[in-house]
Amino acid sequence: MGRKLLLEHANVPEIHTYQVYRAKGGYSAVEKALKMTPDEVMEEVKKSGLRGRGGAGFPTGMKWSFLDRKSEKPRYLVCNADESEPGTFKDRYVMEKIPHLLIEGLICSSFALGSNTTFIYIRGEYKWIVGILEKAIAEAKNAGFLGKNILGSGFNLEIYVNNGAGAYICGEETALLESLEGKRGNPRMKPPFPAISGLYGSPTVVNNVETLAAVVPILNLGGDEYAKIGIGKSTGTKLISACGNIKKPGVYEIDLGLPVYEFLNSDEYCGGIRDGHRLKAVIPGGSSVPILPADLFYKNIKGEERNMSYESLSDGGFVSGSMLGSGGFIAMDETVCIVRNTWTFARFYHHESCGQCSPCREGTGWMEKVLHRLEFGHGHMHDIDLLVDVAKKIEGNTICPLGDAAAWPVAAAIRHFREEFEYHVTHADKVKNSRLAHLDDYKKELVLL
Amino acid sequence: MEIPVTDIKFSDEKLAKVKEIMGRYPEGRSKSALLPVLHIAQKQFGNWLSVPVMDYVASLFQIKPIEVYEVATFYSMYNMKPVGKCFIEFCQTGPCMCSGVEDIMEYTEQKLGIKMGETTRDERFTIKGVECLGACGYAPMAQIGEYYYENLTKEKIDKIIDLFGKDDFNPDHKYDI
Ligand SMILES: Cc1cc2nc3c(=O)[nH]c(=O)nc-3n(C[C@H](O)[C@H](O)[C@H](O)COP(=O)(O)O)c2cc1C
Ligand code: SF4
Ligand code: FES
Repeated sequence: MGRKLLLEHANVPEIHTYQVYRAKGGYSAVEKALKMTPDEVMEEVKKSGLRGRGGAGFPTGMKWSFLDRKSEKPRYLVCNADESEPGTFKDRYVMEKIPHLLIEGLICSSFALGSNTTFIYIRGEYKWIVGILEKAIAEAKNAGFLGKNILGSGFNLEIYVNNGAGAYICGEETALLESLEGKRGNPRMKPPFPAISGLYGSPTVVNNVETLAAVVPILNLGGDEYAKIGIGKSTGTKLISACGNIKKPGVYEIDLGLPVYEFLNSDEYCGGIRDGHRLKAVIPGGSSVPILPADLFYKNIKGEERNMSYESLSDGGFVSGSMLGSGGFIAMDETVCIVRNTWTFARFYHHESCGQCSPCREGTGWMEKVLHRLEFGHGHMHDIDLLVDVAKKIEGNTICPLGDAAAWPVAAAIRHFREEFEYHVTHADKVKNSRLAHLDDYKKELVLL
Repeated sequence: MEIPVTDIKFSDEKLAKVKEIMGRYPEGRSKSALLPVLHIAQKQFGNWLSVPVMDYVASLFQIKPIEVYEVATFYSMYNMKPVGKCFIEFCQTGPCMCSGVEDIMEYTEQKLGIKMGETTRDERFTIKGVECLGACGYAPMAQIGEYYYENLTKEKIDKIIDLFGKDDFNPDHKYDI
C-alpha cells in the first residue's frame, strides 16, 4: 500500500466531524504552528518543496514569499476550490470526506501569511459541500481553533465560504478575485500580481485546496522529511482523480514518481482498462494538457518509462510530452473517438471563455465549429490545418492562460491522431452521428502494451 | 411561475441571512455577497432570476440594477428564464462522453418527449446538457437541484422521472436512486 498523508483517515467513519478528526490526531499541526513564528512556518513549507496542486505547479513557499508584507493593508489568503477542469474531482473529495483537513491547513497557512480573514471560493455546483465546510468551520471555532486569540497565541482568524455560480474561468486566480468582489469573472492583467494587489487591492495569496491541505502533513513531518518523499523536484504526495474507461475510477493519493504503468494497471489504483478493451490515449493532467497516445504515455520518446511527476510527464515538451497539471487523469480505450472528444473540449472552452480577448473568444468558437463540422461529416481536408492555424493564433495572445488551455488539446490531438481526423473527411458518411471511434476501419496500428 | 412584483421580498429570516453574509466582507465591500445572495434569490423566487427579482437584489445592495444584470448573465447557474421544478443538468464533457452520457441523454429526451434545453408542457421537467461538474469518475451523471446523481443508468432515469415528477418532489432533498 502506498503512503497516505492526506487521505490516511479519509475512510474512517464520521471523520468529517471535529471529534473523530481530532481523535485521529487532527489539529496537531495548528498547535505546532502557533508555537512557531510565521516565518518559521513559511520556512518549513519552503523546505518541503511543495508545488501548487491547482495545475501550474509553482513552488508554494516561493509564492508565499512574494506576498507584500510591508503594505499597510490587510493581507488575504484565498483558497481556490473552483475545481472545474474536466477530469479533475480531487478537491471535492477532500472537502466532502475530510473537511477539517482543509480547515486545519487554512489555519496554519493563514497564520504564516498573516491573513485574519480567509475565504474559500468554491464552485457554485458544489452546493452541498458549502454546508459540510460551514459545519466544520463552526466546529473548529467552537473548539477554539478559529476566532479571536486562537489557543492564546494572539492570532485571530475567520474563515468564510463564498460560492461561485458556474464559470470555469473563475478558477483562474485573478478572475476568482473579481468574482469574489461580486463582479463578472474577467481575469485581470498581470502585473500587478495578487501578491502585491489582489483582493480589494490588498496583498493576496491564492492557493488550491490540495496545496493548503498539504501544509498539514508538512508541519507534522517537518519540511525536510516531506521533501524526501517523491522524486527530484516533485516532492510529496499528490491526489490524482482518475476517470475514463478504467476499472476503478476514483481519487487516489500517490507518491510523486510512481511509475505510470503501475498507476494505470495495478489494482491499488486504476485497476487497468476495462475488460476486453485496450488503452488508446491518456490525458494525464486535466483537459488542458496535451493528449498522449498509449505508447508515448508509457514511455517518453527516448524509450524511458514515465512516472507520475511534473518532470517526467512533461518530458518531450509539446511534441511528445504532456503535463501533470491538476492531476485529472483521463484514460481512453479504443472505442473513444478522438475527434468527438476534442470537439467536446473545444465546446467547453468556447462556453467558458470570458470573452475579453478576441483571439480566445473568436478562436474557441471557430475551433468548436470546425470540429463539429468534422465530427458530423461536413468537414474538408483543409479544416484540419485550419484548426492548427487557429490554435496557433490563440496561443500566447491572450490575457489569461485559458486561451492556451483551449489551443493545446486541439493541437496535440491533431499531432498524434491526424489519421483519425482525415478519416472523418474521407469517410464522412460513416462517421456522421456515430459516437464510436472507427479504429478497425482505418487500421491504425496501436501500440499495444 | 410569474411572481407578482409586490411579492418579491425576502422573509425576515432570509433577510437576516443576507445581512449576515454581507457583513462578512470589509467596510464598503458588501458587493462581494452578490453571488451568494443571487443564489438565495433564485431559490426563493421560482428558480430563476426575473428582472424584478434582480432589481430587488440591486436595491438591497444599493447598487444600480445593471450591476446585477451583468453579473447574473455571466454565470451559467443563474437561470435567465423559468425552468421546471425538476431541472436535470447532464454533464456532457469529454470524460462523461467516454462513459456513455450521450445514450442516457437521448433516452431521457425520448422518455420525456422533449429535447435538451426544453421544458415539459406540465413544467415539471427541464433537461439540459452542461459542462464538467467535477464528477468525471462517477459518470454518467447529472445535477438535480442541490445534489449530484451519479453512475446513471436507464433504470435510474426511469426512477428519477417517476419520483421527481410527483407533486411532493423536493429539489433540496438527496434521494436514494
Ligand atoms: C482557466 C484556468 C482555470 C483554473 N482553474 C483552477 C481551479 O479550478 N482550481 C485551482 O486550484 N486552480 C485553477 N487554476 C490555477 C489558478 O490560476 C492558480 O494558479 C492556482 O489556484 C494557484 O494555486 P496553487 O499554486 O496552489 O496551485 C486555473 C487557471 C486557469 C488559467
Ligand atoms: S484568454 Fe479567454 S478567458 Fe482568458 S481573459 Fe482572454 S477571453 Fe477571457
Ligand atoms: S466531464 Fe462530466 S463531470 Fe467532469
